[in-house]
Amino acid sequence: MSKLVYLVPLLPFIGFLVNGLFRNKLSKSLTGIIGSGVILGSFIISLLIFFEVKQESFRPVIVSLFDFINAGKLSIAFSFQVDQLSSLFLLIITGVGFLIHVYSIAYMHEERNDHFARYFSYLNLFVFSMLLLVLGGNYVIMFIGWEGVGLCSYLLIGYWFKNTEYNNAAKKAFIMNRIGDLGFLLAVFWMIAQFGSVNFADVFEAAPTTSVAVLTGITLLLFVGATGKSAQIPLYTWLPDAMAGPTPVSALIHAATMVTAGIYMIARSNILYTLAPVSQTVVAVIGLATAIFAASIALKQNDIKKVLAYSTVSQLGYMFLALGVGAYTGAVFHVMTHAFFKALLFLGAGSVIHAMHHEQDIRNMGGLKKYLPVTHLTFLLGCIAIAGIPPFSGFFSKDEILAASFSSNIIYWVIGVLTAGITAFYMFRLYASTFLGKFRGTEEQKHHLHESPVTMTIPLILLAILAVVGGLVGIPAVFMENGHALEHFLAPVFAESNKLKEAHHLDHNTEYLLMGISVAIAVIGIFAAISRFSKKPEALKPAESGIGKLLANKWYVDELYQAIIIKPINTFSKFLNRTIEKNIIDWIVNGIGRLLQYGSRQIRWIQSGQVGSYVLLMVVSILVFFVIQFFF
Amino acid sequence: MIPVLLIVIPLLSGCISFFLKDGNSARAWALLSSIVTCIVSIAGLVYFTSNDQWNTNAEWIPSLGSRFAVGGDGLGKLLSLLTAVSFPIIFIATYKSSYIRANHFFGLMLLSQAGLMGVFLSVDALLFYFFWELALIPAYFLCSIWGGERRIPVTFKFFIYTFIASLLMLVGIIYLYSKTPDQSFALSSFYNVNLSNQEELWLFWLFFAAFAVKMPIFPFHTWQPDTYEQSPTATTMVLSGIMVKMGLFGVIRWLVPILPTASWAWGDGVSTLCIIGMIYASLIAIQQDDLKRLIAYSSIAHIGLMCLAIFATNTVSMQGVMIQMFNHGINIIGLWIVVELIERQFKTRKISELGGLAQKAPGLAILLVIISLANVALPLTNAFIGEFLMFSGIFSSTATKYNIVFTASAGITIILSAIYTLNMIQRVLYGNTNALTAEAKDIRMNEKMILVIIVVGIIVIGVYPKPVLEITQGTVESILSRMISKQP
Amino acid sequence: MKIEYYIFLSIALFCIGIVGVLTRRNAIIVFMCVELMLNAANLLLVAFSKMHHLAQKASNPTAGTDGQLFVFFIMVVAAAEVSVGLAIIVMMYRNVHSVDINFLNRLKH
Repeated sequence: MSKLVYLVPLLPFIGFLVNGLFRNKLSKSLTGIIGSGVILGSFIISLLIFFEVKQESFRPVIVSLFDFINAGKLSIAFSFQVDQLSSLFLLIITGVGFLIHVYSIAYMHEERNDHFARYFSYLNLFVFSMLLLVLGGNYVIMFIGWEGVGLCSYLLIGYWFKNTEYNNAAKKAFIMNRIGDLGFLLAVFWMIAQFGSVNFADVFEAAPTTSVAVLTGITLLLFVGATGKSAQIPLYTWLPDAMAGPTPVSALIHAATMVTAGIYMIARSNILYTLAPVSQTVVAVIGLATAIFAASIALKQNDIKKVLAYSTVSQLGYMFLALGVGAYTGAVFHVMTHAFFKALLFLGAGSVIHAMHHEQDIRNMGGLKKYLPVTHLTFLLGCIAIAGIPPFSGFFSKDEILAASFSSNIIYWVIGVLTAGITAFYMFRLYASTFLGKFRGTEEQKHHLHESPVTMTIPLILLAILAVVGGLVGIPAVFMENGHALEHFLAPVFAESNKLKEAHHLDHNTEYLLMGISVAIAVIGIFAAISRFSKKPEALKPAESGIGKLLANKWYVDELYQAIIIKPINTFSKFLNRTIEKNIIDWIVNGIGRLLQYGSRQIRWIQSGQVGSYVLLMVVSILVFFVIQFFF
Repeated sequence: MIPVLLIVIPLLSGCISFFLKDGNSARAWALLSSIVTCIVSIAGLVYFTSNDQWNTNAEWIPSLGSRFAVGGDGLGKLLSLLTAVSFPIIFIATYKSSYIRANHFFGLMLLSQAGLMGVFLSVDALLFYFFWELALIPAYFLCSIWGGERRIPVTFKFFIYTFIASLLMLVGIIYLYSKTPDQSFALSSFYNVNLSNQEELWLFWLFFAAFAVKMPIFPFHTWQPDTYEQSPTATTMVLSGIMVKMGLFGVIRWLVPILPTASWAWGDGVSTLCIIGMIYASLIAIQQDDLKRLIAYSSIAHIGLMCLAIFATNTVSMQGVMIQMFNHGINIIGLWIVVELIERQFKTRKISELGGLAQKAPGLAILLVIISLANVALPLTNAFIGEFLMFSGIFSSTATKYNIVFTASAGITIILSAIYTLNMIQRVLYGNTNALTAEAKDIRMNEKMILVIIVVGIIVIGVYPKPVLEITQGTVESILSRMISKQP
Repeated sequence: MKIEYYIFLSIALFCIGIVGVLTRRNAIIVFMCVELMLNAANLLLVAFSKMHHLAQKASNPTAGTDGQLFVFFIMVVAAAEVSVGLAIIVMMYRNVHSVDINFLNRLKH
């Protein structure tokens, strides 16, 4: 089955072509069926591959399709690698992707026919790129997917292209991603210079004998790429703006899949990072800083999607923390559970927005519990999962990360737990002000409130089930020996790294204590939020001054970037355009021209037009020649 | 035989075109001629690949030791293919444009094609110089007669730049000729010329000046945006799609292998100029409001990268340059076609006056977006292959100590190119329509077909570049082996 | 006769021609002066031809004849020139009713 792995990305690509080329001819239902059907097909193949990979005897398979680039000694094949890590990601991408495709059919129903098809073709193209990213057998194929998902994200954020603000958000996303991509590319070039190959197998094999400085350089550059794609400090500001896209897109791309590409990439390169401890520290610190920073911003946001966006940034920070402390399985585990509950939350938010006629401000919501029962219940489950209440999925993955960071550095753990508390607080602030209390919207909105259609609620229910039980694949050893099926499954991928790292085993009492503290903090956060926001809408009023204002304005980071990067570049380029180009370089060139013209004006009197003077000139010159000839 | 045909067909048909009375028949004649050339070129690549068919060496000016020697190595084949493929596309895309004295216009275009073919295929220095001028002189006329409002001062500038540069090159050629052991202009004699280091060092700049102006490299570039802006679009396509390759071609064929010691010595200096130029042009491109000027500056940045990669002197970067020369030609012609279509419909090229075209002209929008993405070298487009190889080669270059600095600073343009290209896309295609674009129509079927052909080319080369890379493999090896034997 | 005499004669003729061309304004006279200069050159050619012939007659019976040939060439060219030149002068007279060459400064425009 794994030989047929090329079908997995091929199917969405076909879907992209069909929907894209025949967008004017296909009916909406046909578009929807094609768009989701191809993803379902990919999902089924991914499942079959997964079951093959799951067997004990399985060894990673490399499927080479053709020679992609061949120049001199450099040879890069268009190849796919099937192993535990990629097959797990295949399942997440195609599975969650399929549900979101189905959800989109209803959500995007108001769009015109061709735009509807355009949407699905973009979405299929995205899935194709994402699959290339995780299937690529070398860094170049991975990079193709890496840039491809950036492109699709650009196209989908700017899907409603009439709106300038959305376009700006799309552009910002693409450019910030490009900054990261440059880092990624430089890392690839360095690998080529160092190892002569970009194949995972070759690079990882050569890594242990390479100097730590080189590995540190490569891994830091790769991490620059990851900060762009996975929205970490300093390149995170595009992700909240990316909420301009349709909500299912935010769910699929900006929560469940694309933004986890950075985590996938580092998990894939785990051996390089394990060998470069400095990079690991950088990854951990940046991840942790992002986690708490974004969580603090989320506290004061009033746009339902913005809250979720900052929460995504913060959760991604968690994953990087895990990678930084060497808990690769924990990171991948959190990617998985996060994909479930964050996709659920986004789709739930989409359902709310759908019901509220594109209203996204939570100050105008409230009391939606009785109008949207299914959405409410599933959203609540998602909130509990992200807050980390046992036995929901978020608890297991978050706890694994916290435990690992505790054994690495206790400060990591303190900040991590604090962030978990803030997360619980702002998620339930969101929940309480949306679903509890009294309805604060207009009469007309109230009149139209309705539960979403079945195609939207079924994905919600399925994701809610996954968000609840998804954590059970990774039960920590304290509760159950060999309960961590995921760790067992992924063990071959991280085997080399685990060998190098001395295992920290916390004794059971410490572990129980840590869990207790984090759950207690989360519960405190939840109750504080519910009691504060369920009845009192005035609590949502923006703060006039102090730290609240700072948070509501996102620490003024956008303004800072504007002032220290964008404006100087703009001024400088204006200066080059107006001053250097026009007044200096052109002046010199035209000066040469003017000099010639001036010179020719000065000798113009010779050309008097008088035949006599021409002849005289001729005679005089001949005489001069004679003189020269005879006397010199 | 093939090279002779490639030169003679456009030359003769160009001359004939001057005598055609009617503009439409001249247009059809030019198109026919260019298609025939294109067929010959493809046939030469596919069927008649033997050395005999690709080399002709006949008596020309025996008293000077110059022969009519033409031949195609991989580089020549690739660029003559680019020339042969571009002209039909250019003629078809601008088929609807009307010109005064169309017979002269097309005659000059074809003469220019003959000149370009000659430049890429001749292996005799005097012949090379002859064709170099044959390609340029029609361009002066094309711009000064059929150009825009400011055509006279602009052509004047173009003329000063290129003419001075060509003369410098002529001086260099004659000096080298006088030093050849057998008093001959043949390329092979030039390769065997014995020069002191001092001589090489100053000869290098004579040649490099000519090629740098043509590419152009900062600070010799200011003719280019003006000329592109003022020329009729068909001429701009020739200038930017093919003629700028003359500069790169010159460096690869006539500069680096003939003066290898100097190339090693000046490599860092030239590379620094290239990088300054790339960043400089990219930054200026951000400020441009005229589509043509925007593309012109973007082209300066791209060409700078190619020149930089030549001086990185390794197989990977060199192969990148080769394939990128081809790609850049295709992509930029695609962009010009879009500009032409926009200008024809709205009578303006100002980005600030356009907007919202995606609503009214989705076909144009999709194709423009794909071509623009190729311009920013997104993976799976042709430009990615070229840029990837070039950057990779520059990074692992042993020709310079500063390889990492060079790669990183040149890499900034990857970001900058995304900025100006996306700005352009956004302001032309997205947003709401205005009074000018409210009544916009989508492009016609034939225009769409041409752009689709270009887009398919972009993607096919982007996914499967192997055939193109194979054409130039041998040339790259032989040039590099000459270079490396002289490495200090 | 010594060759110097011929040379001096032709120099004298040539100088008269030059002075005439430079000083006179009547186009026909200028024209005649040009002819004078041509003939001064012819005279020299013939003289030198004779000199060479006499000196090398023994070894080479045709020595020096090419100088005389040139004279014929020059005469033919001069005749052609006269026909064109006179035609120009006639045209000029028709247009400006004068053969004064200072009226011909329109070359400039």
